[in-house]
Amino acid sequence: MHGSGIPIWFFIGVLLVIYGAMILGYGLYEWQTASYPLSVELTNLHTPVWWGAVLGALGVFYVIKFRPGRAK
Amino acid sequence: MLGLVPASIAAGSVPSLPSLLAFSVAPMAHLRPLDIAVIAIYFGMVIWIGFYLKGRSNTSEEFFMAGREMTAWIAGLSFVSANLGSLELMGWAGAAYQYGILATHWYWVGAIPAMLFLGLVMMPFYYVSKTHSVPGYLNLRYGEHARVLAAVSFGLEMILMSGVNMFAMAVVMKVVLGWNLTFSILVSAFAVTAYVALGGLRSAIFNEVLQFVLIWGGALLVPILGLIQAGGPAGLKAKIIANMHSDSYFHLWRDTGHFSANPMGTHWSGIVFGLGFVISFGYWTTDFLVVQRVLAAHNLRAARMAPIIGSFFKMAVPFIVILPGLLGLVLLQNPDKSPMKLVGEDVVKSCSVSASDDKIADPGACATAMSSKSNLSTAYQAKVLTGAPGTELHSYNDALPLMLVRYCGPGLLGLGITALIAGFMSGMAGNISAFSTVWTYDIYKPLINKKGSDSHYVMVGRMSIVIGVLISIGAGYIVQNAHGIMDYVQALFSFFIAPLLGAILMGMFWKRATAPAGFLGLLVGITSSISMFVWVKLDHAALAVVALYPDATDMAANLYRALWAFCATVTVIFLVSLVTKPRPVAELEGLVYGVTPLPKEPPVPFYRNEYMWAILVVIIFAALNILFW
Repeated sequence: MHGSGIPIWFFIGVLLVIYGAMILGYGLYEWQTASYPLSVELTNLHTPVWWGAVLGALGVFYVIKFRPGRAK
Repeated sequence: MLGLVPASIAAGSVPSLPSLLAFSVAPMAHLRPLDIAVIAIYFGMVIWIGFYLKGRSNTSEEFFMAGREMTAWIAGLSFVSANLGSLELMGWAGAAYQYGILATHWYWVGAIPAMLFLGLVMMPFYYVSKTHSVPGYLNLRYGEHARVLAAVSFGLEMILMSGVNMFAMAVVMKVVLGWNLTFSILVSAFAVTAYVALGGLRSAIFNEVLQFVLIWGGALLVPILGLIQAGGPAGLKAKIIANMHSDSYFHLWRDTGHFSANPMGTHWSGIVFGLGFVISFGYWTTDFLVVQRVLAAHNLRAARMAPIIGSFFKMAVPFIVILPGLLGLVLLQNPDKSPMKLVGEDVVKSCSVSASDDKIADPGACATAMSSKSNLSTAYQAKVLTGAPGTELHSYNDALPLMLVRYCGPGLLGLGITALIAGFMSGMAGNISAFSTVWTYDIYKPLINKKGSDSHYVMVGRMSIVIGVLISIGAGYIVQNAHGIMDYVQALFSFFIAPLLGAILMGMFWKRATAPAGFLGLLVGITSSISMFVWVKLDHAALAVVALYPDATDMAANLYRALWAFCATVTVIFLVSLVTKPRPVAELEGLVYGVTPLPKEPPVPFYRNEYMWAILVVIIFAALNILFW
């Protein structure tokens, strides 16, 4: 957003970091214990692992680039 | 309208709390603690943003126009996101399931040319006139009567659209979590009211950008995993041809030469002139819901760039909306692993199960609805009627949630549900914030209280948000009787948007257009559109006249009705203007093309020039249409 205040992108980054960590963490647990939900298809692709990692990496990028107080 | 309201509501019976909480259908999935945490974090974030921005929404300019300080990127993403509600996500996935890739027309020819036209041609007039709303522009150009008529019709449309969004949200809750529709509508309405009433347009825009990212993060997995399972684009195409015995599902234009040659039952003339011109230009250039986001830009160049930036993302949306619908055609399965066939919302309703004995409440109505309005096999219809386990029906609008549940386990399911909730929030928040502005500036201020203080109007805006949500809850029930959510929405567009487009284009590009002509043109356009709608409802044979084809679908009929309503408006404005006194040209400065000196923008490098980006959009748009011809 234009003007003062915390940029929108920082909030988005924080949310993505949290989501990425949660989903990646669960995906690793699921992979480790092989406790896949019966109704879900394509569990062999370990989607939570790589999707959680993608979200987390994107979130870290936004948090660093748009952190409050960073000079433009 | 009472005839469209469910009997229980018309009779005044209010469901008890236990029945609100009772599961009406078997839920498709159960949320795990991880899913609930994902959803709860999202709700916490948006409500917190509402409180964070409340301190920056004290004046009317801040509350209704977000202080006019948005960058082109923020305004552009918000511009697209306000249109990307769960209505979009679910309704168009359902439409793709019904009509195939033809549904993509609503994203490409039905959006891109109009978005470019708004940015490059119309935006300067909206921006230079410093109007707060589209009805406000009509006031400057045609006078008070036209403004009030447009404001009232727009307010009604926003309330109904908000109801549509609420219904879509409730469907998600019903299908995925098994919640009762009424309970879901009440809970979701409360959440949106809280954050929009706190932070006004700034809060709505802020959250729309957040929601845009979440929608992609949550919904993108479905087409990726679906394509992997279907064997890629080639595998998907082969499976659809094998299942549907037609390759029309993959062609945008090839089979639109005759009404009966494509799944939508429409003709290219309806797509080009009805959708591509009237509905599309009407929505993207005159619907205050989206125009309001661009008016919040911090300067004219940002206001022109915003729709162009938005058009890039708009062209990409079919990947997360249309593709899941197509994938659903070949991948969705019943519990017994037979291919699942989705049906219209009215068929699902006819076959609803009685809460007392778990059997179909009205087997006769169910049998009639299935045989006349679905392509379910006779054997499967018999199974449904006997109440065999796992034979409950799902509507077209369930296509996306069903796909979501198919691929998403704990955590990812929560993210996918959050994406749908986010879509709902952005759609409904857009409706409600636009309604609040138009109500306050174009109805309350000129007609009820002209001398209120600035803080008084902010208070009125906040109250109108609460009252608007309450009214739209009632509208949510009306939608339950529509054959498909989007058919219903297109009907609304043709009632109000098409005549509005006619009035604004004539006013903006023809200096001879007069105030009485503008008002009468709008009135005749709206009246004729509603009349055609009622005529077809009362006499189905009227479709042959209104939609040029006796078996045209509701969707096709809406396209043509919009076209005729636009033509009626333009014709009336033209004829009445010829016999009434025009305004002096000097009074039209800032309002009409040709008599308005446009402000000069400072030169910028080519990569920041709006025309360069617009040309790139045109090239991609043309390539996509040729690729999927």
